[in-house]
Parts: sequence; structure tokens; C-alpha cells
Amino acid sequence: MEETDAEMSPADTAGRTGVVENHDVGALPSDVDVHTETLAHEEEAAGMPQLNLETFPNQIFWLVIALVAIYLILSRIALPRIAAVLAERNGTITNDIAAAEELKLRASEAEEAYKQALADARSEAQKISADTRAEIQADLDEAIAAADADIAEKTAESQRRIGEIRDQAAADVEVVAKDVAQAIVEAFGQDADDAAVNGAVDAEMGSRTA
Amino acid sequence: MEEEAAHDVAAHGASGGIQIHPMDQFIVRPLFGGDEIHWYTPTNVTLWMALTVLAIALLLVFGTRGRNVVPSRGQSVAELAYGFVYKMVEDVTGKEGLKYFPYIMTLFMFIVTANMLGLIPAAFTVTSHIAVTAVLALAVFFTVTILGFVKNGTGFLSLFWVASAPLALRPVLAIIELISYFIRPVSHSIRLAGNLMAGHAVMKVFAGFAAAAAIAPFSILAITAIYGLELLVAFIQAYIFTILTCVYLKDALHPHH
Repeated sequence: MEETDAEMSPADTAGRTGVVENHDVGALPSDVDVHTETLAHEEEAAGMPQLNLETFPNQIFWLVIALVAIYLILSRIALPRIAAVLAERNGTITNDIAAAEELKLRASEAEEAYKQALADARSEAQKISADTRAEIQADLDEAIAAADADIAEKTAESQRRIGEIRDQAAADVEVVAKDVAQAIVEAFGQDADDAAVNGAVDAEMGSRTA
Repeated sequence: MEEEAAHDVAAHGASGGIQIHPMDQFIVRPLFGGDEIHWYTPTNVTLWMALTVLAIALLLVFGTRGRNVVPSRGQSVAELAYGFVYKMVEDVTGKEGLKYFPYIMTLFMFIVTANMLGLIPAAFTVTSHIAVTAVLALAVFFTVTILGFVKNGTGFLSLFWVASAPLALRPVLAIIELISYFIRPVSHSIRLAGNLMAGHAVMKVFAGFAAAAAIAPFSILAITAIYGLELLVAFIQAYIFTILTCVYLKDALHPHH
């Protein structure tokens, strides 16, 4: 009786009234019915599944396979590859550092050369400028001397010509004076003695110019 | 009778609001139905171990396919993992330990990846099972012990004979050392599985509380906080397992105190 009750669904149990006289016995099947599902769970997880020895061979078998697979993957492919990459990187870094050192050395050499060239150029420029200045000075002196000479020559020429003109003018004045004196003397009706007139004029002019 | 049944349903319905089965997530189930779990049955263990292998391959092989001198993001992570474990092995065991670097890298990558994948909601955490961590720990234990005897012969036993201690104390210390040596695989494995199991179970418990409206906000906050903590634990436990492996390896290579 109780056995069949236990097989029945919860709805059947709930719908059944007063069929079973004994309370305790009646309560048991309904309890079992309500709990059928949860019990199934609790039975499975009773205690620690870790201690279920039936699953040990299975776990150990698959663990060994997994470990061997991981070991093969690591030792055949992954680790050599990573080691190679790391070694290559270290090599690259070392090389780059060496190259950088060399470049630095060359840069400082270049800087030295540049400074040297700059100093050379500067002294060269100073020399050239001094030379040029001296040259220009020489040219200038020469030109000044030439100009001075020219000026002196022209001055002398001018003075000579002025003297000539002055002499000419004086001669002309003398002639005119003699002519005028001759004419004046003739105008007074006297016979003009050329020699006397000229002598008088010369004497007069000589006293003026003296 | 009817009232009682109704009351029963109501009571269970109320408690059914908070259905907490924190250990259900650890159940090993066959992937393709059936009840029997033979050693070869594909189970959720198989699935998540396969995903672990796949994730590792993705990160360390696919991620580094460019072999770039200036690394991509994936390659940076792969190089970071490589450098992390390589330096750990070198620092702890010295140069001669580097020969065993691929094995230790395998251990570390498996544990850290399985731990991280286990944090995906609804995932199965293979490293939360004592069977898995015990195999890992025993593999380390036997490898290290055999290696110790092969490398040092009986000199390996000087690991238990503390030469710097007073002579009278040495036998006592030897017994303690011997016990602690054989406890190693136990603590080594239970530490990892226990941490992960506890963390995942706690998250499940808080997730169960979220079903009740009144405490749901606190529950969600707590899950968020614990999830952050579990991320840390996932990495730290992998790190601890690996560095302890290195320490044991160092003992095998240099047994003298």
C-alpha cells in the first residue's frame, strides 16, 4: 500500500483524502513524493563528490592525457619558440645599443670636425678680411697719391697759365699804356718821341708794379 | 491530512526558495548520458581538461605565432608566463634546475589555466578534485625522490640528517624531517584542491542566498567580492604549487642543509 503510494504523483497524493488511517504512515509517502526530485539531487551530491572513488580512474586517465598533451605542446612548439623570440630580442637590443654607441661616437667625431671646420673657416675669413683690407688700403693710398699728383700737376698748370695770362695782361697793359701815352702826347701837339714815352711808361709801370 | 500535505508543500516550497547545493558543481558526469563512469568515459572532466589544453595552446602557440621582436598583446602574456616560471625555477633551484623547466612550466600552466577556466560561471573545476591534485603532487613527490637518489645516491639521505644541529638532537630531527617529507604530497595536493573547492562552494552558497529577495543585494555583493578573491586564489595557488615543486626539486638537487 505505502509502496504504491510512493509511486504516485504529488497530485494524486494531494487529491487523496482519508484513505490512509495512520497519520505517520500517510505522511511518509507524501513527503517522499514532494521530495523525489530534490532527493535525487541530494543523493548525487551527498558528501563530497571529490571522494567518490568511482570517478578516480576516469579523472586520472584524462589528467595524464591532458598533461602529456600540454607537455608536448610546450616542449615541442611553445617554449622553443618563446625562447628564440626572447633570445632574438636580447640580441637585437644588444646590437641596437652597440649601434647607438657607434653612432654616438660618430656624432661626436662629426661635431669635432664641424667645430674644427668652423674655427678654420673663421680664421680664414679673418685672414681674408685682413688681406682685403690691406689691399684696399694700398689701392686707396695709391689712388690718393695719384690724385694728389694729378691735383699738384693741375695746380701747377693752372698757376703757370695764370702767370702767362697775368704776364700777357701786363704786356698788353704796357702796350696800351704806351699807345695811350703816345696818343696823349701827340694830342698835346708835341712830337712824341717813342723812346722817351716808352721809357716814361716803363718807369711809371715799374714803380707801380714794384 | 490534506492540510498537513499542503503545509508540507508550503514549508518545502519556502525552503525550496533557497536551494543550496554547493557540492553539485563538483559532480563528475558522463558527457553523453549513461550512468557508468569507466576510466575511458568522456566526462565533464574530459571536456574541461580539453579546454585547458586548448586555452594553453591558444595562449602559448597561437599567441606567439608572429614571433615578433616587438610583441603583440597575446605574445606579451605568453612571454610573461614564460619569464615568470623560468625566473622562479632559476631563482629557487639554480642553473641546474633549468633542465626541468618544461615540466614545471607544464604543471604551472595546467593548474593556473584550469583554475581560471573554473571561474567561468557553470564551469567545472578539474583542480578542485583531490584525485587530480593528488596525481600532480605524487608525480612531483616520486620524481623528486627518485631524482634525489639518482643524483646524490645515499647522500640524498643527508636531507634528513641535520648536520648543523647538536648530535643528540639529530635523530629526533631526522624523524621529524622524515615525517614532514612524506607529508609533503598530502599538503601539496590538499592545499590546492581544498582552496579551490572551498572558494567555489562559498560562491555557490552565496548564489543560493540570492534567491531570497531580502538578502539578494548583499549576496550579489558578496559573490562579487569573493569572485575577485577567487581570481587571486586561482593564481596564487598555482604559484604556490609551482614554487613548492621548485623547492622540492632544489632539495633533490642539493640535499645538504
